[in-house]
Amino acid sequence: MNIHEYQAKELFRSYGIAVPAGRMADTEAMAGDVAEEIGGKSWVVKAQIHAGGRGKGGGVKLAESVEEVRHHADQIIGSHLITAQTGAQGKLVQRVLVEAAHEIKKEFYLGLIIDRTRQRITIIASASGGMDIEDIANSHPDKVIREAVDPAIGLPEFQCRKIAARIGLTGELMPQAVKLMRALYRCFRDKGALMTEINPLAIVDDNKLMALDAKISFDSNAVHRYPEITSYRDFDEEDPKEVEATGHGLNYIALDGNVGCIVNGAGLAMATMDAISLHGGSPANFLDVGGGASPEKIANAFRIVLKDPNVKTILLNIFAGINRCDWVATGVVQAMQDQKIKEPVIIRLSGTNVELGQKIIDNSGLPFIVAKDLDEAARKSVEAVRRVTA
Amino acid sequence: MSIFINKNSRVIYQGFTGQHATFHAEEAIAHGTNIVAGVTPGKGGTRHLDRPVFDTVSDAVRETGADVSGIFVPPRFAADAILEAIEAGIKTIVVIADGIPVQDMVRVKRYLIGHDATIFGPNTAGVITPGECKVGIMPANIYTPGRIGVVSRSGTLNYEAVAQMTELGHGQSTSVGIGGDPINGANFVDVLSAFNDDPDTDAVVLIGEIGGSQEVDAAIWAKAHMDKPVIGFIAGVSAPPGRRMGHAGAIISGESDTAEAKMNHMEALGVHVVRNPADIGATVDRVLKQ
Repeated sequence: MNIHEYQAKELFRSYGIAVPAGRMADTEAMAGDVAEEIGGKSWVVKAQIHAGGRGKGGGVKLAESVEEVRHHADQIIGSHLITAQTGAQGKLVQRVLVEAAHEIKKEFYLGLIIDRTRQRITIIASASGGMDIEDIANSHPDKVIREAVDPAIGLPEFQCRKIAARIGLTGELMPQAVKLMRALYRCFRDKGALMTEINPLAIVDDNKLMALDAKISFDSNAVHRYPEITSYRDFDEEDPKEVEATGHGLNYIALDGNVGCIVNGAGLAMATMDAISLHGGSPANFLDVGGGASPEKIANAFRIVLKDPNVKTILLNIFAGINRCDWVATGVVQAMQDQKIKEPVIIRLSGTNVELGQKIIDNSGLPFIVAKDLDEAARKSVEAVRRVTA
Repeated sequence: MSIFINKNSRVIYQGFTGQHATFHAEEAIAHGTNIVAGVTPGKGGTRHLDRPVFDTVSDAVRETGADVSGIFVPPRFAADAILEAIEAGIKTIVVIADGIPVQDMVRVKRYLIGHDATIFGPNTAGVITPGECKVGIMPANIYTPGRIGVVSRSGTLNYEAVAQMTELGHGQSTSVGIGGDPINGANFVDVLSAFNDDPDTDAVVLIGEIGGSQEVDAAIWAKAHMDKPVIGFIAGVSAPPGRRMGHAGAIISGESDTAEAKMNHMEALGVHVVRNPADIGATVDRVLKQ
């Protein structure tokens, strides 16, 4: 689960991490009020969306007067911001963060991730801030420092000093860096985060270390422990079909092809998409119905997949272990009748209660296209798209 | 022979009396699994499925000599159940729960250091030595005793591969699910190493997914140490970068962990890479006949 920069900065502030004075505004007038309240001579107006690359996309503006703050806010709020991460249609901006601008002396990168190789929370730091850390890691791997944290003792001061020294945060900056890193680690650990990034972490004004940006992503399997984090969730930033699917216990991700996929298990769902691609087709979505899928759940899966207007045909691929083919088949027949589905439906059933399931399909009198295995199912679904679009 | 579990394994189920655990314990018993007891805190002293129930894993180990545990407790309590099994001296721990907070597993992995236990999962369909012992949720009837080792992250893709193999007459020595989570117990190398040492395994099928470097690490290890053929498939050629495909671990984060990059790398290291998931069984057949 991702949150907005202004929310991440609120959280940082509560952990004692220095961030610029500022607040969220959702109207032009409010943006001006926030600027007046902060005071000073210059401000930054930043579009609040869950996507990176905002600066290059025109979503971050410097203002030298309150009038200019209002002007930028007016331009940004309500616009569709297109960045390298939003896709061509961009994302609607509903809010901006207005904050005090600071004179930047030097920029650094500081992040925490769950490192799969080390199986630990790992600090990533670099003296080359402001840039994409993956680019730095590829071009200058020696300039990216990684330190794994032992969960038994947490992040000790010496380890912070070691990192600080290696990225050149020495002298009076070192104690600030140590305090900031330990606070960031506590925040990460205590709120069940998966990733947090300060890019840039900057030396500003009179040798003060400050988080000029803030990004956090939380473990959706842990947020139930932290209601204050759950309240940060912004449904406007999520695909409504994906939100609805989650509500039905389905794992759905929209893609841009035309073969709707309904599969059990993430691995098999990906393999099914791959098989469709190998036959020259293009999957419209990833959808994992999970285990123990009831007929209702299957019917919901059909409804969600068919909300995508690009879908020309649906491939149902079930290899039942914990699932039951008879329940799945009942759900499919129910969906076909209730939702008056016109698109061709290709069905491949295997595993638990397959005979019962096949009988329900055969006796339904509905024009299903039955496939005996994965390869045939993929091939027939691509053929069906060709027939429909011919 | 087999790896990790066999007919002599003494198995307990944690969360034994729950609906899910009960169903799968019955299935496992029908498959010949020696389930000696179960653990449900608060229900110690009762009996379930004609077997004793204990309050704690250490009671169960002391009274029954259990050495394998299937963990069927809900995700939010699962890390604690794993720690309990490790502390009680269980050697093989199979974690079915899907949705354990990642940081819980970071702590579990830290605690595992210095303890002689192997964890499979979380988010695994389990481990099965066909005809001898099943700890998991897989449909036992698609597996058949044989000489091919199988190791996968995904459960249902494991079924798909096994069904293809069984159809062509190639049974399995043991099939191991390592789970779809980013922080997990045994990795591909651990399982390949065990198969390599098993005289009754002739070849290994390795089924991976996008995300991370575990499969490539395994191929590097296999090139250096393995004298048995490895057949490999990576799911997710058609998955877009940056989107998590169901499994918490299945997300492309850089150029090196796309399915295409991983398969090319594995092929260069001598793995028999299958490009089409429908051809896993046929590839096993071809490699064995070479």
